[in-house]
Amino acid sequence: MDLASIYRAEYGRCVATLARVLGDINLAEEAVQDAFTTALQKWQTPPPNPGAWIVTTARNRAVDRLRRESTREARHAQALLLHHQDEPREVGPVKDDQLRLIFTCCHPALGPEARTALTLRLLGGLDVPEIARAYLIQESTVAQRIVRAKKKIRDANIPYRVPAEHELPDRLPPVLTVLYLMFNEGYASTAGPLIRTELCAEAVRLARELAALMPDEPEVLGLLALLLLTEARRPARLGPSGELVLLADQDRSLWNRALIAEGHDLVRRCLRRNRPGPYQIQAAIGAVHTDGAATDWPQVLALYDQLLVIAPTPVVALNRAVAVAEVYGPAVALAELEGVDLPGYHRLPATRAELLARLGRDDEARAAYDQAVALATNETERAYLQTRRTALSPRERSTS
Amino acid sequence: MTVMKQYLLSVHFVEGAPAPSDEEMQTMFAETGRINDEMQAAGAWVFGGGLVSPDSATVVRVENGATTMSDGPFAETKEHIAGFWVIKCEDLDQALAWAEKCAAACGPVEVRPFDDLSQA
Repeated sequence: MDLASIYRAEYGRCVATLARVLGDINLAEEAVQDAFTTALQKWQTPPPNPGAWIVTTARNRAVDRLRRESTREARHAQALLLHHQDEPREVGPVKDDQLRLIFTCCHPALGPEARTALTLRLLGGLDVPEIARAYLIQESTVAQRIVRAKKKIRDANIPYRVPAEHELPDRLPPVLTVLYLMFNEGYASTAGPLIRTELCAEAVRLARELAALMPDEPEVLGLLALLLLTEARRPARLGPSGELVLLADQDRSLWNRALIAEGHDLVRRCLRRNRPGPYQIQAAIGAVHTDGAATDWPQVLALYDQLLVIAPTPVVALNRAVAVAEVYGPAVALAELEGVDLPGYHRLPATRAELLARLGRDDEARAAYDQAVALATNETERAYLQTRRTALSPRERSTS
Repeated sequence: MTVMKQYLLSVHFVEGAPAPSDEEMQTMFAETGRINDEMQAAGAWVFGGGLVSPDSATVVRVENGATTMSDGPFAETKEHIAGFWVIKCEDLDQALAWAEKCAAACGPVEVRPFDDLSQA
């Protein structure tokens, strides 16, 4: 393994352990960065357990640094270090520390955007310019969000601990949301290139870690399965000239069989537990899409019916309508979309346009495509919608 | 090695909002009393109380050695603090749990940590 991949894999784990030992996230980050700088100079080949090396080096560096400094934070950290002295010395990153850090980064008292930025920074080891590029926002905005969030963690004393069992119903969903949104932004970016692989990869990596840390939480497994089954189809999502290819037209031989097998296995594990939740049901839908040579739409629709009961959101209603169209035809689906309100979301008029086109109502379809194009922010998606609009039969000459 | 931290939980009154009925006021007082007892029993209670309306406020200023006073609240806003608690807890999660109880009784509650430096 090269240093870059070690960094990606170990950074978050090491920061998590050091944050507990030092009682301060900023000190932990500095210490871990110091240790990686040292590694860059010293390693001919990486040691057998690079994480342990980094944690030990970072800890020693932090102790040296704290002895030289006399700020309030430094004194507090020194006290904590003394407090930890009678414990066995860390031999490497501690699993629970990472879990603590995820829950701290995704604490509901932090704003949703801050949660994502902080998670990418502290657990993913992405730097500010990388996060800014991934979300197409100003570096200063990202930096400000991270600084503010860290300040709030310290000032308000947001605890560094894994929530108790009874708190999980409130505390786990924000963590899952952060990973889901991170993946989504990578898979269907709001702007720029349609797919940003590094965000997808990071979300999958963190979801894997979370599933390893909380193997008894079905929704955690469900989220991982959903991400894997979506990620598996990514290679077929863009055509030869970078154009968007929808599920029905995708070359299934391009799908990643290993990820699909892993995803299916997770979905089966979830089914055995029989504690369904929104991520598990979406994963099951993903499993149906990737099973066999074609999608079993009645089964997809049955799953959406189930999803709509526990997550009655307009987006679920929109996705369900797509399945309705396949099972009962476009007219029924169009009628179901009547009451759906999703202001500003291009996929609603895009779906209506598609259904209208199938019904031969080309003029209405054209108008709906125009609405969708106006709302879509991603160039690849806009191009796709334009192509579909152009494919409609030419406008009949007005009779008036 | 548990360091206790103090938090301000404040309840806000919005001008022009419909006034609660007598019955609602009674329930609010009863609920608040129960929360105070619970906070005291848990060792979290530092201080708390309700405030009269902001028109009885006075702002005192000292500038260049001269003291001036003005009638009315510091800021002409539509929202005013109607009451507050100061509590001590181990961390924000504990403070948020108290805030949840307070909010159920009195409406939205703002949770603000005290600056450690100013804490005795």
